[in-house]
Amino acid sequence: MARIQTTRRGVLAGGAGLLLGLTLPFGRGMAQQAATGPFAPNAFVRIGTDDVVTVMIKHIEMGQGPYTGLATLVAEELDADWSQMRAEGAPADGQAYANLAMGVQLTGGSTAIANSFMQMRKAGAAARAMLVAAAAEEWGVPAAEITVKAGVVAHEGTGRSSGFGALSQAASRLPVPEDPPVKAAEDFVLIGTDRPKLDTVAKSNGSAQFTMDVYRDNMLTVLVAHPPKFGATVAGFDDGDALAVPGVEMVRQIPSGVAVYATNTFAAMKGRNALKVDWDMTGAETRSTAQMFDSYSAAAAEGGQTVEETGDLSALDGAAQVLEAEYRFPFLAHAPMEPLDAVIELGGERAEMWFGSQFPGLDQPTVAEILGLPQDDVKINVLLAGGSFGRRAQGTAHLAAEAAEVAKAAGRDGAFKLVWTREDDVKGGHYRPMTVHRLRAGLDADGNIVGWENVVANQSILRGTAMEMMLQGGPDATSYEGSTNLPYQFGASRIGWAEMENPVSVLWWRSVGHTHTAYAVETFLDELLAAAGKDPVQGRLDLLPGDAARERGVIEKVAEMSGWSGSVRGDKGYGVAYTKSFNTYVAEVVEIEDRGGSPHVTRVWCAVDCGIAVNPNVIRAQMEGGIGYALGTALHDRISFSPGGEVEQSNFDDYPMLRISEMPQVEVEIIQSDADPTGVGEPGVPPLAPAMANAWRALTGNRQYELPFGGGSVA
Amino acid sequence: MMARAWLAGALLLWAAPIHAQEGLSGPDAFSDIADEQTRSAALFEEMGKVLTHPRCLNCHPVTGGPTQGDDMQPHSPPVFRGEADFGAVGMNCSTCHSAENVEFVTEAGSIPGHEIWMLAPVSMGWQGLSLGEICAQIKDPARNGGKTLEEIHEHHAEDGLVGWGWHPGEGREPAPGSQEMFGQLTRAWIDTGAACPG
Amino acid sequence: MTTFRVNGQDHDLDIDPDTPLLWVLRDELRLTGTKFGCGIAQCGACTVMMNGMPRRACVTPISMVEGSEITTIEGMDGPEISAVQAAWEAIDVPQCGWCQSGQVMSATALLQQIPNPTDEEINHAMAGNVCRCATYVRIRQAIHDAAATLEG
Repeated sequence: MARIQTTRRGVLAGGAGLLLGLTLPFGRGMAQQAATGPFAPNAFVRIGTDDVVTVMIKHIEMGQGPYTGLATLVAEELDADWSQMRAEGAPADGQAYANLAMGVQLTGGSTAIANSFMQMRKAGAAARAMLVAAAAEEWGVPAAEITVKAGVVAHEGTGRSSGFGALSQAASRLPVPEDPPVKAAEDFVLIGTDRPKLDTVAKSNGSAQFTMDVYRDNMLTVLVAHPPKFGATVAGFDDGDALAVPGVEMVRQIPSGVAVYATNTFAAMKGRNALKVDWDMTGAETRSTAQMFDSYSAAAAEGGQTVEETGDLSALDGAAQVLEAEYRFPFLAHAPMEPLDAVIELGGERAEMWFGSQFPGLDQPTVAEILGLPQDDVKINVLLAGGSFGRRAQGTAHLAAEAAEVAKAAGRDGAFKLVWTREDDVKGGHYRPMTVHRLRAGLDADGNIVGWENVVANQSILRGTAMEMMLQGGPDATSYEGSTNLPYQFGASRIGWAEMENPVSVLWWRSVGHTHTAYAVETFLDELLAAAGKDPVQGRLDLLPGDAARERGVIEKVAEMSGWSGSVRGDKGYGVAYTKSFNTYVAEVVEIEDRGGSPHVTRVWCAVDCGIAVNPNVIRAQMEGGIGYALGTALHDRISFSPGGEVEQSNFDDYPMLRISEMPQVEVEIIQSDADPTGVGEPGVPPLAPAMANAWRALTGNRQYELPFGGGSVA
Repeated sequence: MMARAWLAGALLLWAAPIHAQEGLSGPDAFSDIADEQTRSAALFEEMGKVLTHPRCLNCHPVTGGPTQGDDMQPHSPPVFRGEADFGAVGMNCSTCHSAENVEFVTEAGSIPGHEIWMLAPVSMGWQGLSLGEICAQIKDPARNGGKTLEEIHEHHAEDGLVGWGWHPGEGREPAPGSQEMFGQLTRAWIDTGAACPG
Repeated sequence: MTTFRVNGQDHDLDIDPDTPLLWVLRDELRLTGTKFGCGIAQCGACTVMMNGMPRRACVTPISMVEGSEITTIEGMDGPEISAVQAAWEAIDVPQCGWCQSGQVMSATALLQQIPNPTDEEINHAMAGNVCRCATYVRIRQAIHDAAATLEG
């Protein structure tokens, strides 16, 4: 396995935990600029003579808004006008573009804004200081008397003023300030206000360029026949019929299957259909979903290893009432709208790639190793990605590796576009782990919770990947996060984790462990409150310690927004759930109707506290989208295995996406805060399904211990 | 090899007695029922094997949109009838369905198609109805589009969209028998008084 | 040989007649605004106009396009698409953006026939266009906004 190149001061740290010191790659641009080149004081900012400010965005744009968010941070400190700002994806460069929360170039954990907040502001501030210094020199006035506002550098005394472009050449010859001052929060002009996103226009007129839109000269399109079961391998193949398809140029075996190369996509598809592969099923997983659940259930019943413990759980023995429940969560595919794809071009002892690389820090060394090239001779252009939700951040770099293997197996220079079909995607593994939660809790005679036990059984996401070192031999918190560190005071509690072995590959899926822990915790808690005769909102507030101001803030806000007055009003049910994920606090209330026995969510209210709201518009969009993403999944989605071990779903007909006719009205409020900003790409997801289940139970009495709900109504 | 097997199958079919064709009996099979009205109702019951087959029922919904597949699941994507029984404005049947069946490229199966592809009008909805109710509806000009029995026969025996039911494309079970036999059954049913099952 | 018009330009292509229009547009004509999402008419990312009506290009063999007039998002013109795109931009509808060409095409087709659609009419017309980012709240709003512009 390839090694990840970490930054000098970086270490690989989990989730959004460790924020490292700033490692600004200053000095890279200055000395290198030719007289006519753009002003590039650092790896992030480029200012052209045409006044255009381009920000190199180190986080992949896959819909969560970092192009706009990171450009906002630069523009704020640069005092640029928003209309002159542009964004561009930064290429693979582990030194310049590492995620400071992780020490490696990777987008994930809803960290884009959080880890870049000071880094991008410093980058903008440095550029501003240099423009000001250049103006001071040119105009012969003190720098302190110069102002910058909305892209205009001015000196009041002399009446002189200039755009950035006219000063950029002079500025590029000046030294880069080591530690430029940044604004106080009360001086923010752009941060905290709405402005148009930088990628909206191109995404509304079809001109945005994604990986699949890349066409190189003489490029071949490649589809790979993957094993029909996890753990199966290629025993042999007959490519006669495939090669007979006009346009099919060659067929090659690669480690992940058999690759069909053709001059166009349709020929590659037909060629793969015509290919006959003999699969060796010796090591194949043959269990059905039911069989897997049985073993997970048995493991959970044994208690697992203790990963968190508070007080003495024997308190449960004296409880007046003990509730128990087992929850079952299926494997889930991410199903981004753009299926996985990558373009790779070999030539002159170099490789260049164009794709939605979410983990360039691993993709680049992996490709270099496969091709036997120095890492610097593998250039990765990070393109817009048509969604990811975790799918493109692979701890095994399997997509980049497959593209490299395709290029290598071709045995010649040239360009190759690897394309996965929707069926490849849905059947292709790297799923949200299937999970069993076993919960047990007790109430005393007054309805107080006196003990809480939750045992989680599922696979480790990090085991067997380049990220395994993060575990340091311990349990994988990404598999059960959200079951631990709860704000609620339960008296005694114990959280267990049973690590399951399963050859089905797994991956983080939008909000990772919280995808299932939030559901189990918040629905079981709701049942306990109901058993104690307590209101779901007040009952939660009563369980919070005095210093839980931000938890209290979002729960109280969402109750106020939704006009909370109990769980049932007329023919509608209401449910609430709260989750803190990726350091962001979110509470949601769901309004539900019973339409012919199927749940139909009509409205959702969402209160979010993510610290300083850099782009309120993007934050609201992420909450709306996260809610829809979670709702579609809760209603419809499961990846299941037939007896014999084949995936039973293949495309959007049997793995359905939420449709507009199912989308509720959504209202979002952002809590005012001066805390450092935290992530928003994922935290909107976790509370939705439990709030929905709580509303459904209140309305119908039906408890939903297994997802998805199924059914659903379209009108 | 394949061609020969096909030929043998075709010969068998050709030689087979008409009352035993792929799950549907011909009119002759009912000739020993003496009472004409009873025979007529029995003929309609045989026609019912076609009428209530998923190939026909899927596009004869009573409420809402069409169903699909041999298990008659709700249509995916969700489809709404629209004023012209041709889907919603902006998403007509023809947004996806063509003049012929089109095989999927990346997986088994096909999207069905025919020159005219639309829902039967609400008045001709059959899903959930008994065979007797369907029969009464078919005979009722107020609900069958003003058709005479002769026109019903022509519709069953000649209509292209009806005929699609026997050529539904990959991934769908054809309606039993053939359109020709369905036409013959309809003829015999009309000639025996077009009685409905009780 | 298949003869058809795309965005006002005539094309004669000698190509496998089973090739879906989607791949002809993308691989042959390099009109990449039309996207591949499912290949089985489930998601609407490949929506184009065929003789003025919305059509899923992934289930349209090129042989069926003979003599037809195809318009892709690159070639759209007129008050409805302008209003739709302006509305999309005004409230930042797209997230990842992959499905949005198809969404814009379907929304335009709807507004060409119903100038001021209700929520229900929007839901019905747009039910075939999947957005995995679930930008549906804004799609609905933007269609209403575009309708208001067109009426105004």
